[in-house]
Amino acid sequence: MSGNVYVYIDQFKGQPLPTSWEAVGEARALADQLGGSVTALVAGQHVSEAAQQAIHYGADRVLVADSPVLADYRAEPYATVVANMAREADILLFPTTTRGRELAAMCAIDLNTGAITDVTAIELQDGQITATKPVYAGKLLSKVVCNARPQIVTLRSRAFPKPEADASRSGEIVPVEVGLSEDEIATKVTGYAEAEGGVSLTDAGIIVSGGRGVSNNPKLTPPDGMDEKEAEIWRARQGFKLVGELAEVLGAAVGASRAAVDAGYIPYAHQVGQTGKVVSPNLYIACGISGAIQHQAGMRTSKVIVAINKDPDAPIFKLARFGVVADLYDILPPLTQAFKERLGK
Amino acid sequence: MKIVVCVKQVPDTAAKVVVQNGQVTWGDAPLVLNPWDEYAVEAALQVGGDVTVITMGEQGGNEALKHSLAMGCNNAVLVSDPALASADSQATARVLAAAIQKIGDVDLVFFGKQAIDGDGGVTAAQTARVLGWPILSSAAGIEATDGRLKVDRSMEEGRQQVEAPLPAVVSVTKDVGEPRYPSFMGIRKASRAKIPTWSLADLGIDAPRAVVAWPEVSNPPVREVVCEIITGDSPEEIANTLADKILAEKVI
Repeated sequence: MSGNVYVYIDQFKGQPLPTSWEAVGEARALADQLGGSVTALVAGQHVSEAAQQAIHYGADRVLVADSPVLADYRAEPYATVVANMAREADILLFPTTTRGRELAAMCAIDLNTGAITDVTAIELQDGQITATKPVYAGKLLSKVVCNARPQIVTLRSRAFPKPEADASRSGEIVPVEVGLSEDEIATKVTGYAEAEGGVSLTDAGIIVSGGRGVSNNPKLTPPDGMDEKEAEIWRARQGFKLVGELAEVLGAAVGASRAAVDAGYIPYAHQVGQTGKVVSPNLYIACGISGAIQHQAGMRTSKVIVAINKDPDAPIFKLARFGVVADLYDILPPLTQAFKERLGK
Repeated sequence: MKIVVCVKQVPDTAAKVVVQNGQVTWGDAPLVLNPWDEYAVEAALQVGGDVTVITMGEQGGNEALKHSLAMGCNNAVLVSDPALASADSQATARVLAAAIQKIGDVDLVFFGKQAIDGDGGVTAAQTARVLGWPILSSAAGIEATDGRLKVDRSMEEGRQQVEAPLPAVVSVTKDVGEPRYPSFMGIRKASRAKIPTWSLADLGIDAPRAVVAWPEVSNPPVREVVCEIITGDSPEEIANTLADKILAEKVI
């Protein structure tokens, strides 16, 4: 039994996503248990910096596919290149990003094996991985095994520790022939628009979320001429402004409940829950969120949960470490101020 | 335009799913069309044409297919075979690909982002890979004209516009628009529909080998928290106490 542990480095425009390093750290741990080695896989254009970093985070060797046809992410050429680089792998890890999940899925077909996605823990015995994976949006945990090789596993963001980078580590960087030309690739990228600023929910160490309750401030008088729905949304936007101000002081991402998204208060990209994003930050502050089972599924593994809600019977208090039974409009401005003072901002 | 939507039947999102005596159970909660798949059906109906909804599952009434028909899909197919009882995602993808080929001349295949039971999120990409068709995932907007597909993809970093020739596979996000409600006529039509069942023999394939297995499913550890309610004489006092307590947890 051999210990060829491979790990894919997810990058965007040459910048590796930090969760890739968590995967490299886990690859290192598995390779050390097996007495094997870590091979990192980097695909893209102008990615030599990412390859060097992979060594600093624990890779012994990096296979680099650097080509203009990989400048933009496209599933087909990336999957072909990654699967070709991973033919010798016993274990192939990916970070669970949108791209990582998709490439893991497609490599499993190319390499005639299976993929286990979004795992939160790995046990290793005689070279066989037993992964723990939340299912039913975390209502249950499943042990999962893959009885073919390589064992392809994607690791949930923030579930595995990020190793310290060590700039003195050395390793081998091996360029790989891409062997694809642009006219062989069916999908063409015709445009790109960057998302609005702010911290992304998936990487966030702190999340401040708003729910239906953000629109309930009776003290606000909407401008004249608004109908009831417009006034409700106007009120909600004022509420989310308070949520955003606290988030900014904490360097946090802004989340929302499904109720707030469905009511049109905030775009879907912010939704936390079973049909939104599943997150696991160190600190989750829920403002005006009652804590429906679908919302809980998306945030219940957060380390410390704080609930601010005027309904003392709201289910969110059952998950919370700290609770405040009050209107969020009364609490959020002084709370933002309190953190400004304490964090020196 | 000939369109296929691949869907799954799952327990309702409000269901209390637990493991009892080693079995996964959700009490009397209803089985529903996977919520993400409602968006796939909606996107398919927006593009329009001849829309067939397919699922792989057990024999018998299938709520996912019925709901899709009631929303407006033209046809439904249930793929069912005892040999598929332990199918994993890649086996499912191979079976769905065979069913899509049996339907024939399909231009476009839609999937939802993932199923809310297994939360795998891999079947769309795997089916595309088996078919050898482009996969345009996380689609927020879709336009299909003159044999070409234009998709606005919602990625972590922003929006990517991509184009590919048909046939192709698309997985959709909620940005495609709220799923329509089934009409009264649609519900009547769905309840009368005779849904054909295709076995592996009908598809002309052997059961694909399943390689992923789930030896054990369990309830997550109970979260032992006692909520400390912060009180005070004024919002400022409460806010100051709360900020100090949060900082003491060393999570900032």
